[in-house]
Amino acid sequence: MKIVVLVKQVPDSGAERNLRAEDNTVDRASANNVINEMDEYALEEALRIQEAHGGSTVTVLTMGPERATESIRKALSMGPDGAVHVLDDALSGTDALGTSKVLAAALKRLEPDLVLCGAESTDARGQVLPHMLAERLGVAALTGARKLTVDGSQLTIERQTEEGYEVVTAATPAIVSVWDTINEPRYPSFKGIMAAKKKPVETLTLADLGVSADEAGWAGALTTVASHAKRPPRSAGVKVTDDGEGGTKLVEFLVSEKFV
Amino acid sequence: MTDFGLSEEHRELRETVRRFALDKVAPVIGEYYERHEFPYELIQQMGAMGLFGLPFPAEFGGMDGDYLALCIALEELARVDSSVAITLEAAISLGAMPIHRFGTAEQKAKWLPPLVHGEALAGFGLTEATSGSDAGDIRTTATLSDDGQEWIINGGKTFITNSGTRITSLVTVTALTGPDETSSIIVPSGTPGFKVAPGYSKVGWCASDTHELTFDNCRVPVGNLLGERGRGFAQFLSILDEGRVAIAALATGLAQGCVDESVRYAQQREAFGAPIGSYQAIQFMIAEMDTRAHTARLAWRDAAARLVGGQEFKRQAAIAKLHASTIAVDNARDATQIHGGYGFMNETPVARMWRDAKILEIGEGTSEIQKMVIARELGLR
Repeated sequence: MKIVVLVKQVPDSGAERNLRAEDNTVDRASANNVINEMDEYALEEALRIQEAHGGSTVTVLTMGPERATESIRKALSMGPDGAVHVLDDALSGTDALGTSKVLAAALKRLEPDLVLCGAESTDARGQVLPHMLAERLGVAALTGARKLTVDGSQLTIERQTEEGYEVVTAATPAIVSVWDTINEPRYPSFKGIMAAKKKPVETLTLADLGVSADEAGWAGALTTVASHAKRPPRSAGVKVTDDGEGGTKLVEFLVSEKFV
Repeated sequence: MTDFGLSEEHRELRETVRRFALDKVAPVIGEYYERHEFPYELIQQMGAMGLFGLPFPAEFGGMDGDYLALCIALEELARVDSSVAITLEAAISLGAMPIHRFGTAEQKAKWLPPLVHGEALAGFGLTEATSGSDAGDIRTTATLSDDGQEWIINGGKTFITNSGTRITSLVTVTALTGPDETSSIIVPSGTPGFKVAPGYSKVGWCASDTHELTFDNCRVPVGNLLGERGRGFAQFLSILDEGRVAIAALATGLAQGCVDESVRYAQQREAFGAPIGSYQAIQFMIAEMDTRAHTARLAWRDAAARLVGGQEFKRQAAIAKLHASTIAVDNARDATQIHGGYGFMNETPVARMWRDAKILEIGEGTSEIQKMVIARELGLR
């Protein structure tokens, strides 16, 4: 089975993150950039499928600027066979729709049986990319998986919902997005870290993919961020004085927040 | 390059081990420690990460790394917890390394792969009840059976790390095989006559495995001799030289952990209307702790660079071990002081560090032995 895992470099969600004043895009230069956490779970799942099914290959696909190579190397140290880096100055400012166009073009070239990705990235949190890619590629989208079973060309996922889970099946080729409940990603070994340096990383430009520059970047963006503001400081919250109805009000609050 | 001597791969290893220590070790180790329980699950995860194979070649399942890589991993583990760090240190430096260094091809093929994967642990039995720093004065004997096919071992060993876990596969013991003749012999776990006493009640390193061992007419095949007969003393001296660099890295980790915890606490804890970290008394104490941790790191990195580079490193290793263990105790004392009453509670990480620090001035060569080594290397006899 040929597996491609989408890996995105994002600003560390554990640290302070900002948008740039001049163009309302994420300030990546000043941030500590890491692999999108959910993508590590997708990569782990791919490696487990590879270990269970002989003859499989796992390739990392990343679209991003030059510094994304750090994240590609880190991903490779976990064990995949190689990576493809879509790198082009014209990609700056690309929105989700444009990203799906570029990645779909790269995936057409790679012809995977299975595409795995995180259910969302911690920077934009749109959760739309897997669906867009499936649409562009004409393959099934199994999204939000907490469990994935591969039986030949048959894929079955448990799709995590707020109330429980749904069982969804599809045949390959397909795209599966995963949540962090699906597995426990491995820590790279020192051998993996050293081997990552020698693994092939193919760099592709928009021209290589047959995507014209005005279909990506600022030129191709159909969405723009008009303005941004700092998150307001946390408000004081609601204080409930127990006048005999305290319990009911507490339960109402828990229900409204979907805790019960 | 901000990180003297470290390649990109070594830095990435450090980050990976750091992440593991914070995510997996820190949340659970306190409870193992309280219960004096060996953390099998963490050891298994460290095995899966390849930590037990760091300095060993790939042919035995190792990581093809070097001793520097091991020391980096030890520092980062000990920054969070010393019990798992010493388990790894002893498993490699004292357990697997003698087999790798002195074993025959058959001995290596038989024993090394599970040790290198962290699926098995080995101990090294040198210290005896009446022989610590004076390591040449051992009483344990090994005599050949009448048919010459077996070693018959009698005696005892004390304070032996990793000797009694349920995954311990062997202990290498030093024994007298003749007058003034010390040899190393592999004793597999479960050999009749090889008894492992219940674990000690220790002041620190409470989640590590330490036992007293007795050998009562314990018979092992003659082929279990490790290395040359009569070379046992020379063998363990060379093993201990390397081990000192590893212990120095481990001690540096503990010292750094004290800095980490103290900085965090000093920013949170308020007294007299302001965070205690805003007061010069605390600032200066932490500044000194950081200085000590940094200089200890420079000392062990220098010794490790010499070791890896094939240069003479005996004196530098002794200096690093002496300095790092001394400042580990200093930092643990100061970190506990900064934490006040909380620092005296076992649930506080620095309390664990305070309990774990003292043994660093004793184990794998006391501070006094380090000074003897340094003085001798300077030509003083």
